[in-house]
Amino acid sequence: MPYSLPSFLVVSSLLFCLGMYTVLTRRNAIGVLMGIELVLNGAGLNFVAFSRFLEPSQTASLLSGQVFTLFIIAIAAAEVAVALAIVLSLYSRMKTIDVEEFKQLQG
Amino acid sequence: MKDIIFNVFILLTVIPCFWVALSSNIVHAAFSLLITLFGVAGLYVLLGADFIGVVQVIVYIGGILILIIFGVMMTQRGKLLPLSIQLPGKVFGAVLTGVILVALILTATRSLWPVAAVLEEPQPTSAAIGDLLLGKYLIPFEVASVLLLAALVGAVLIVRRSVRGE
Repeated sequence: MPYSLPSFLVVSSLLFCLGMYTVLTRRNAIGVLMGIELVLNGAGLNFVAFSRFLEPSQTASLLSGQVFTLFIIAIAAAEVAVALAIVLSLYSRMKTIDVEEFKQLQG
Repeated sequence: MKDIIFNVFILLTVIPCFWVALSSNIVHAAFSLLITLFGVAGLYVLLGADFIGVVQVIVYIGGILILIIFGVMMTQRGKLLPLSIQLPGKVFGAVLTGVILVALILTATRSLWPVAAVLEEPQPTSAAIGDLLLGKYLIPFEVASVLLLAALVGAVLIVRRSVRGE
């Protein structure tokens, strides 16, 4: 593929869709987490690709895209820490991390 | 030459990504995720985002992936459960994902993006990003730091309570 904006967008769409497929089809809670990481990476790649290729404007710095990717990475770190804490806590309580077993909230 | 390196990084990103989605072994999936994250870091560097590339390697590979592998190791005692759901759900997921993928790729390739006519040479970005973080984006930056602190305390609290509850 040539070094151009659509190539990067196609790569990040692939990352997003494979991540979504992982989230939808995994039974293992940690597998679901990996899918979420892929989705977040696709979003970050999109931001950086747009900040590189779009036409510069007078009002906003194009580096804003990279700043947003930084925020995405920070939020991903926080999200993974909390999610793994929940998974470990569920594991110590129910002895499994199969997401199909967690049905208590159905009432 | 640049195109060759670019395509190598694309392959390095996308092929392990399929493995993450389709592998039947959670450890293989975790290590494929490692290669994918490295590939994305390389793509960031190719986009002239040196600082983001380094942060990606440090935070994702040095932090998040290690956490995930720890999680895999701590929850794999006893019998291994099947990693994916049964077939009808899989087909539904694949169809849904495929439709969205086609729509996204058509949007990406057919749209008229306001692309700059001449690409500037990549400049060092760290200083400019620092200016933005402590100027225009000061409040989101502080909120993110509070969020990280809250996540840290919350994660410890959740695990601690479950251990004490036993």
